[in-house]
Formats: sequence, structure tokens, C-alpha cells
Amino acid sequence: MQMEKEITVTINGEAKKAKVEPRLLLVHLIREDFNMTGTHIGCDTTHCGACTVLLDGKSVKSCTILAIQADGKKVSTVEGLLNADGTLAAIQEAFKENHALHCGFCTPGMMMRATELLQKNPNPSEDEIRWGISGNLCRCTGYNNIVKAIQYASAKIRGEALPSTEPIFV
Amino acid sequence: MIQECKTSKAISGMGHSMKRKEDGRFIQGKGNYIDDIKLDGMLYMDIHRSPYAYAKIKKINIDKAMKVPGVVAVITGKDLEKYNLHWMPTLMSDTQMVLPTDTVMYQAQEVAAVIATSRYAAADGVEAVEVEYEVMKPVMDPYKATLPGAPVLRSDKKGKTDNKIWHWEVGDKKKTDKLFETAEVTVKEEIYVPRIHVASIETCGCVADYHKVNNHLTMYMTTQAPHAIRTVIALVAGHVGLTEEKIRVISPDIGGGFGGKVPVYPGYVIAIAVSFLVGKPVKWIEDRSENLQADSFARDYHITAEMAGTKAGKIQGIRFKVLADHGYTDASANPSKFPAGMFSICTGSYDYDTAFVEADAVYTNKPPGGVAYRCSFRVTEAVQGIERITDRFAQTIGMDPAAFRFNNFIKKDQFPWKSPTGWSYDSGDYELALKKAMDVIDYAGLRKEQAEKRKKGEIMGIGICSFTEVVGAGPSKDFDILGIKMFDSAEIRVHPTGKAIARFGTKSQGQGHETTYAQIIAEELGIPAENIQIEEGDTDTAPYGLGTYASRSTPTAGAAAAVAARKLRDKARKIAAYLLEVSEEDLEWEPGVFFVKGAPEKKKTIQELVFAAYTNHPQGMEAGFEATHYYDPPNLTFPFGSYICVVDIDKETCEIKVRRFVAIDDCGNIINPMIVQGQVHGGLTQGIAPAMFEELIYDEDGNILNGTFMDYLVPTAVESPSWETGHTITPSPHHPIGAKGVGESPTVGAPPAIANAICDALLPYGITNIDIPITPYKVWKALKEKGVVKAI
Repeated sequence: MQMEKEITVTINGEAKKAKVEPRLLLVHLIREDFNMTGTHIGCDTTHCGACTVLLDGKSVKSCTILAIQADGKKVSTVEGLLNADGTLAAIQEAFKENHALHCGFCTPGMMMRATELLQKNPNPSEDEIRWGISGNLCRCTGYNNIVKAIQYASAKIRGEALPSTEPIFV
Repeated sequence: MIQECKTSKAISGMGHSMKRKEDGRFIQGKGNYIDDIKLDGMLYMDIHRSPYAYAKIKKINIDKAMKVPGVVAVITGKDLEKYNLHWMPTLMSDTQMVLPTDTVMYQAQEVAAVIATSRYAAADGVEAVEVEYEVMKPVMDPYKATLPGAPVLRSDKKGKTDNKIWHWEVGDKKKTDKLFETAEVTVKEEIYVPRIHVASIETCGCVADYHKVNNHLTMYMTTQAPHAIRTVIALVAGHVGLTEEKIRVISPDIGGGFGGKVPVYPGYVIAIAVSFLVGKPVKWIEDRSENLQADSFARDYHITAEMAGTKAGKIQGIRFKVLADHGYTDASANPSKFPAGMFSICTGSYDYDTAFVEADAVYTNKPPGGVAYRCSFRVTEAVQGIERITDRFAQTIGMDPAAFRFNNFIKKDQFPWKSPTGWSYDSGDYELALKKAMDVIDYAGLRKEQAEKRKKGEIMGIGICSFTEVVGAGPSKDFDILGIKMFDSAEIRVHPTGKAIARFGTKSQGQGHETTYAQIIAEELGIPAENIQIEEGDTDTAPYGLGTYASRSTPTAGAAAAVAARKLRDKARKIAAYLLEVSEEDLEWEPGVFFVKGAPEKKKTIQELVFAAYTNHPQGMEAGFEATHYYDPPNLTFPFGSYICVVDIDKETCEIKVRRFVAIDDCGNIINPMIVQGQVHGGLTQGIAPAMFEELIYDEDGNILNGTFMDYLVPTAVESPSWETGHTITPSPHHPIGAKGVGESPTVGAPPAIANAICDALLPYGITNIDIPITPYKVWKALKEKGVVKAI
């Protein structure tokens, strides 16, 4: 047990205080101390991306950031994605409408990563999307529909006509 | 091909691409996975594991660990031995250590469990456990394990003198051997299907919550088969008073299963034992390295595949021999009578009557297994064998692999077809599926392009796989696990206002049961799928079932849902006859409504009839509107498909690019096309994984060389091609809704299609086989051996 340190983290707009060991990972602060379990843990080497959150607007893997590194910063998680009026955010609607999730375990991290991707590049090509989410593993979907969902969210955010969400068969 | 919908979109029965009902919670971070469960007073367990593959334990010193702040207890095999809980049965009736008392048998085996008040303290405790080992030379090669003089690994078994687990065979050996002596053409290939891992993004874990006062255990765990697990716990722990009525297994949302969450792992049992001893809830969550290194391996089949036939291109028979490496115990989850699972489906999609298939399983110093990873018990291995040897035969006689397949397919009118290994294929139209795939991808055009590229020295390949699956275990006369027959169940309760809840013995891990089961019931009863709540995974509420794996949910529980719903429709008809004052025969049904023949204005909706079942039921009829059905399938189902893959290989770097991949699947009638397509996409990516990237590799000393996600290469969106998928529809003749199951077809069909494409590309250089995963390095090495490329 190391000396605990008090930190303040603004999570989804709400400032929260916590006393933490310096070694505590941000993902554990979010899940265990703040009881927000939408952010998941899928590996121990920063490869799967299930724990992806936004730290001051930048997507990070919260299993590789110490809680104390988030002191005084803003963290956004899946729980904060909904629009202010309680409707689904474009990326959430896109994932549901395009069947971009099966088990749902990678989904929060995938959506957080996609959120930043679309903020930086509102109209990405398929290749840019695939490279853009290559730090997030999904074992269920085969990625086709995640790509489709991000394209849908991109259209929605830009106010363009939404692509069909019906499955396309050859 | 479009599935015809008999119901309106408002009802959303079969054939509608209804958006998933379960998604709402997942996209808002409100799923309830195992690690999300937090109980008052909960303790955390972490496991100290062996760094050696084979060693005697000389001493375990827990003193330092006990001094770590927050550590409550350290449990070793000796502690469990006092309660006779240090060994457990596997689902294959083999035995497995929960914690060792004297010997460790594989690297990363559980050695001691540390219980603490926090996750971090438990991890500190694990670091502080000191174990002295006497290291022994492990047996890592299954062939060496069979040699005389090999150390007998399972010396704990009385009278055991070798490392053999079982021998299994099927077919006519004499007839097959004779064929191979006389056939015009025989081909033989050694095909290794590597040891891989399911690598679901959620690892395994549990919260064991034992209450002393009530003598009751609630076991929250990542299991695909909650009822079977409850029975297994009762069998293992009944002698300490935990009998089956005192056990409740809850399988919460599961972050991917793929077969890896079927077996009972030592961690679960230790957590139960500790909760039982300490009287507090105990949580155990594997980390990724533990998951990759100790649990859930699949495949590891060394196949010698042979095919005999004519120069004109007719297959006459096959002879397959398998050496199966199960690690230190057979911890598969196959049906009891099928130690090699359904490997005998390896006769494939072709018409011939001679086959002999045999398999030997051996112990080595690797982790135990192997699980049926997104595969109906060794079907992936079987299809890799038959589809690779089929291509080799076609190459040997100089025939196009597509033409060779058409030459040998079982024809549509030959079904039901009795295979030489004893299966009765229920239905199929193999020609149609392959034709469709060839049309979509422009097979003729691709062959022309390939011929031109070959002239220029460019490397391009086209690979076909026309697979037949066997899923939906299974009929009770042949299928059981630990004696429990492999039926499955559905219970439907319709409330007075016409809305329903239905419960099942299966357990979704992402397959979308909350949507598809609702659609099946909607199809049969006309109640909107939106108004049908589906519940699985709680043994206190769900009817008994054997769980979800081996593509069995739709063939078994899906059938149970349809049959139970039909019982309710029969009851609704009786009530309608009573209310409309006509005889039952005078009534006609259209989804959601009974009406009088010739007088359609005289009608009762299903909602009205259900309400009447609670408010105005005919005297003499049982009140209420509920039905349960345990469905025992008359046969398995046989999904099939044809996949075509096109690859380009860079001659300099040997990088392999999958240019196109077309998958045509036939899973019979389709419940939800969107979900079927999603299953196929996902399975294809899990098919390219072992074909090009994944393999668990061990060195001679038993060290795993890629036991983390740093070096075990799960495909990302970049490696995964943009899949092109479609289907044909050949309904299962014996299944109540004509469905067959689809989740595993793509995992089974993709690896041979990719391997065939790469080997087709390399054929001009005299390269006929490279074992999967086929990496740029393996291609470069093969081309270097042939003098095509040079080392720089």
C-alpha cells in the first residue's frame, strides 16, 4: 500500500474527488471508485481498446493511464455519450441501426474512439476508419458493420442523407 | 435471395431484419458483465501460476503473502485436499487439478490462490507467494508423447503406462485400405490445424456468493451453459452439502464466448471453495495473459489426409488419421460418445461411399482443452482436412478446383444423404451455392486474369471452400454431456394484456437471442416481437437446457420456442372457437388473428384470446396462457456454403492481401437476415485469424512464446477484409421452422478458402501446402527454398 493522494477528475461533466494510490489505473478509478462500469477491461497490454475513454477530448486507453495523471482533467466515458436531451448520440444510434455490436463488450471503447476520430476527421474514408479504429479489437462483428456505423454517424453529424441500414447481400 | 416474410413489420416475425432489442443497454454502457457485479463485503481472488511446464512442487511458502496488507487468505492444493476439492472432473470425464498438491503440468497452471480485500492487494499477494520447484523436462510434441519411453505424464492415474487418452475410429477400414491399394490416383497431405485461442474480448471470471445461514450458493459466472454448470457444481461439491437445489448459477451478459466459456476452469471452483470457507462473496477475474496462457485453447489437430479417386476426377474415398494434442487433460466439451467431436463430417460435400477416419488423443505438458471454438465440435478441423485435400487432388489430376467440386457434389435430389461415416445429411443444394459464389466473384474472369498475371510473374491465387457443417447437437439417442441429454428448452408466459416473457436453457454471448427468439415466437403467435421479453442465464428461472455452443441454439431452443408457441396457438384456437361459437375446424389463422372461414369480420386477435384465457376461459380448460417445451431434435442440421477467396502476394515482401472474399451461406430459413449476416461477418474474421495470423506457440521447454495480445495477433479492422456475403435458402426438412444455425459456418469455411487461395497462388512454383497460419515469412521461406526469392 502506497500513500494515497486526493485527486479531482471531471467525469462526464461532473467533478469528482477520490483518494487513490499513485499506482491506481484510471480504468479502475472509473469502474471501481466511480462505479461507471461501461468502460471495460479486455487485456493487460494496451492492445484491445475496450477501456478507451476521452481524456481532455483525446482518446486514451484508460488501462495505461494512472488515475493521478487524470487529476484536474476531463474524462468522458460511454455513460456521457447521450445528447443533452436524453436521445442517443449519433455514434450510439449508428451502432444500433447498423448492427455494429454483438456481445457489446468492445462497443463502449469502440464508440469513444470513433467519437474522437469523427471530431478530427468528420468525413473519413473506409481506409481511414479502418486504420482509425485499429487500436480497438472486436472479436464478434468482423468490423464490416462497425465501419458502416461510423460512416452513418459521419453522415448524421454532417447533416447529410443517412445511408440505408438494411443488410446488403451479394 | 430474399426470405419471404409472413408477418408484418409491426409483428416482425421471421425474415425481418429487426434491430436488436439488447443493444440499448450495450450502447449506453449499461450491460451487466461479470466484472460489473459488486456485492457487499466482496473479496477479490488472484492466482499465482507456475512459471514451468512440468515441475515438482517442493515447497510453497505463503508467509510473505499473508503479511501483505489486505490479504485475507492464501489457498493451496493442500488446503483443498482436506475437503477433497483439489481435483475435479472435466466435461469429458477426465480429471483435472483444481490446485496441485505435488506436480504442475503446464506453464501458467494455477498453484495458489490469494484472497484479499482489493484487486491490487490480491495481486501483491500473488507476487509474494514463494514456490520452490524441481523442474522436469516437459513433453511438448504430441508425436514424441506417443513414443516408447516417453515419460508417463498422468502418473496420477493408476496403471497408466503411456500418454494416450483415447482412440476413436469410424468407417470401413478394410474397404478403404483396399481402395487405396487399387485407386488410379491417391494424394496425401500432412495438415496441421494449429492450437489457437478463442480470445473473446471479455476474459473468464466469476463471483461466488455463498451464504452460510441458508447454505446457498449463488454463482455468477461467465458460462455458456449455466444449467450444466449447476449440475457439475453439485456433482463436485455435493459431498460438502452443496446439493443442486442450493445452487443458483447466473450467467450475466457475456462478452463473447465462442466455446471458451463452456468448460469449468479451476478459478471458478477455487472461488466457490473460498466463498464456502470464508462465508463472503469472492470475485475472480482472469487477466488477458492468464486467459491466453491457461484457458480455452482450441484445435491442435495433426491430420494426415488422404484421398483416392479416378484420373477423370471422381472421388472414391478418403482416409484420415488424426493426432490430437489435448494438453495435460482432456477438457473438451464434446458430447460423451464423440471424443473427436463431429470430426467424421470430414467426408465433406462429396458423393462417395468409402471412408475410414481415426483419431488418437494424447497428453502433453500444455494447457488442457480443447474447446469447440465457434465450431460444432471439431468440424473446423474436418473441413480444413477435406477442403485442402480436395484441392490437392484436383491439382494432382490437373482439374480446375471448381469443376472438380461440381463433378463430385452430392446432388440436391440425393438428400437425405447417408455419409460413409454414418451421418444423415438432412438437405442441401451445393451446386447452387458454389454457382452463386462463382457468379458474384466472376470466377471465369479471375482465372483469366490469373493466367495473364502468371505470365508476368505476378502471384495471385483463387481459393474455394464448399463446406458441409453438422450442428444442433443433438438427438438424445446419441448426444449427451456427462449423461445429460442434449435437448433444449423454452418456456413462454403470455401476460393478460398480451405481452410475453420467454425463458430458455441457452445463453446468448452476442448472438442476439433477445431478438431472434422473440421473432420466432412472434412468427408463431402474431404477438409483436417488440412485446416479447427474452430471458436466459438464470438457473432459478429458466427451464433446464444445455446452453449455447456448437450452433445449437436455433436448432434446439429455437425449435422449442416454435413448438411451445404452437401449443399456445392451439389453445388460442380453442378459446376463439368458444368465443366465436364455431367449431375449431371453422377457424383460420393469419398472424395474430383467428377468423371464421368465409366470414373474416368474425375474428379474435391473439391479444383478445390471451385476455380471455385469464378472464373468460371455457369451463374445463386450464386457465392462463403458458407453455413449455423440451425439444429433442430428430436429427442434426447440416448448414453448408461455398466461399471463394482471391489473394495477391507481393513477390518482394511476400505480403498476402485478401483482395476479395465472397461467402454464400445456406442456413435454411432465416430468422433475422441482419443478424445472420453479422454472424457471418464475425465468423469470417475469426476464420482469417487462424488462416493468416493466430497460433499459440510453445518452445521445447514448455514456455508459451505469445501469451499476450502483444504477440498473439487478433485481427484488427485493418487485417480484416471487407466481406461480401449472401445466401441460398434450403430449409431443414425436420426443423419446426426450417432453420439450421449459422454462427459457426464462416469460422469453419474461411480458413480452407484462404489456404486454398494462397496455395493456388504458389502452385506454379511447386509449392503445394503451407500449414496455417500462412504468414508472409512462411511464404517467403517456401519461395526461397524453390529459388524464387533470395535472402537479402
